[in-house]
Amino acid sequence: MKEIALKAGDTVVVARGDLQALLDALAARDYTLIGPTVRDGAIAYCEIRTVEDLPAGWEDEQDGGTYRLHRRGDGRLFGFTVGPHSWKQFLYPPVLKLWEARRNGHGFTVHRDESPQPRRAFIGVRGCELAAIGVQDQVFLHGKYVDSTYQARREGVFIVAVNCGHVVSTCFCVSMKTGPKVGKGFDIALTEILDADGHRFVAEAGTARGAEVLAAVPHRPADASDRAAAEVVSANAEQAMKRSMDTEGIRDLLYNNAEHPRWEAVANRCMTCANCTMVCPTCFCHTVEDVTDLSGSHAERWRKWDSCFTMEFSYIHGGSVRPSASARYRQWMTHKLASWIDQFGTSGCVGCGRCITWCPVGIDITEEVRAIRETDRAAEEG
Amino acid sequence: MAPTKAKTASKPRLAVWKFASCDGCQLSLLDCEDELLAVAGAIEIANFPEASRAVAKGPYDVSLVEGSITTPHDAERIQMVRKQSRYLVTIGACATAGGIQALRNFADVKEFTSIVYATPQYIQTLKKSTPITDHVFVDFELRGCPINKHQLVELVSALLNSRKPNVPTYSACIECKRRGTVCVMVAQGTPCLGPVTQAGCGAICPSYHRGCYGCYGPKESPNTAALSVGWSRLGVRGDDLVRVYRTYNAYADAFRRESEAHEK
Ligand code: SF4
Ligand code: SF4
Ligand code: SF4
Repeated sequence: MKEIALKAGDTVVVARGDLQALLDALAARDYTLIGPTVRDGAIAYCEIRTVEDLPAGWEDEQDGGTYRLHRRGDGRLFGFTVGPHSWKQFLYPPVLKLWEARRNGHGFTVHRDESPQPRRAFIGVRGCELAAIGVQDQVFLHGKYVDSTYQARREGVFIVAVNCGHVVSTCFCVSMKTGPKVGKGFDIALTEILDADGHRFVAEAGTARGAEVLAAVPHRPADASDRAAAEVVSANAEQAMKRSMDTEGIRDLLYNNAEHPRWEAVANRCMTCANCTMVCPTCFCHTVEDVTDLSGSHAERWRKWDSCFTMEFSYIHGGSVRPSASARYRQWMTHKLASWIDQFGTSGCVGCGRCITWCPVGIDITEEVRAIRETDRAAEEG
Repeated sequence: MAPTKAKTASKPRLAVWKFASCDGCQLSLLDCEDELLAVAGAIEIANFPEASRAVAKGPYDVSLVEGSITTPHDAERIQMVRKQSRYLVTIGACATAGGIQALRNFADVKEFTSIVYATPQYIQTLKKSTPITDHVFVDFELRGCPINKHQLVELVSALLNSRKPNVPTYSACIECKRRGTVCVMVAQGTPCLGPVTQAGCGAICPSYHRGCYGCYGPKESPNTAALSVGWSRLGVRGDDLVRVYRTYNAYADAFRRESEAHEK
């Protein structure tokens, strides 16, 4: 096929059989491919090479504290939603050595690993996930200080997004305005269509480099019926979404209800295990640990994901500022949904539902907001 | 913690003591031979029953204590260890919580000895197996059954370098998630003690598709009641809930109370 130049904004159709060509085109441009694959009973994000690595024919079922995979009965490659992993583990690794130092006479020399990061192509980024990457960009790149470790990883990333055609009970991206159709920030966005006309992808180029890659993949121009079919996929997903969070005035709602019996009620169920913060694609808190070897001649500084659910997180001289589970849950939810807005100009929640599914006891952030809203003390007084 | 003698002329002296235990934790120390050889010149190992029978007299800078107190003789011996030690660190579930032998604390020990021994009157044993901290002041606790070699090296390095040891008290779930394991409780419906158990092992069991057994004992602020509700949803009830909390850390406060709450 002759390569025809494409530009950002162009939409084409790629046949299922030609999706491998897209992966190959990215690999040829020196990208390491990271995508969804079935592992240990869930869809995990791992390094992939071929279309065969994708979870063809798998569908997830999720609810508070439960996740199960089962066969869909068709061959869709992206017929599932978000799993236990998120892209943050590649941009903001869970455990990272920042630098090491060696004793050297009376002083010491510091060594920092500054070898270039591999360029990664993320395959199958969903609407809520693209929004989450945007939130972390805001935190790590667009504030007063730039996190160089995040920047080094983020710069090279190529994003192949996917518009969701299937939702699970924990999704609430519609109310958070992050999906199911992906927003800004992708290089290529795919909508998977499987109907009487065959198995194909409507592919939109979001950037010039996305267009350049798409041009190298066998395709035909998208016509009105292809576009309409893609719109139906997103509309159906939106229709199917049952969960929601009412974000109207949420910042003041939570600020005004710092004292509310619901915090105690949720603390009775919350184990302060921190799973919710670990799986959340926007949570960015970490701790820094210095270690030395036995001889004292070698020291290392490590950064590790931390959580506002631990005691040490708020430990200052004399003790932990938030010893109770209610104070810790309140801190998490109030930061995520209220003070985040003051701090970064956006909500810290993109509605992916991970914290609901991966909480071993199924605590539901949307339910907690609802409970507080229904008994809003300020509103009752006013 | 105050600085040790690490940087003064005399070498810091380390002693290892054994009480009622299986020796597994001491073996973790032997397993650190490479790390220990590196500092063989920097510290003096004054007493280490698993490695050598020689005992050098006290005082000691650091005493690592393995095992629980189960006999009147041991109850006296631990006082002697404390008196001679600058820092006393308990290692393992026996020393920090009473160990598996603390199952006797939930029953009548006389009944056991009369069944097991031909002449039970020769057996001098206490009614309860108790952690070291019930008898003397403990400076630091290393959890686990057995302890983790890396945590041990970390602790000794921290003591020698006069810094705070990095031994977190949060949940095993944090380690589990950092290593990217898919949660067995959520994805497979396998009951797991991770949410109430202290980190330290690196969340090994879930990475082999098993629930956490709670070897590191209760974490900081453990909400065992909430976890039991979660477990009952997975079909674990009554006696089984009692047994879950009655293993190596059965007598650790939070686990003991939770197991008692499910006793009929
Ligand atoms: S708070 Fe929960 S639903 Fe919101 S982004 Fe984080 S994990 Fe997803
Ligand atoms: S809300 Fe759930 S996942 Fe989060 S700390 Fe509490 S029990 Fe753990
Ligand atoms: S498998 Fe166990 S330790 Fe790991 S996150 Fe789940 S509950 Fe926690």
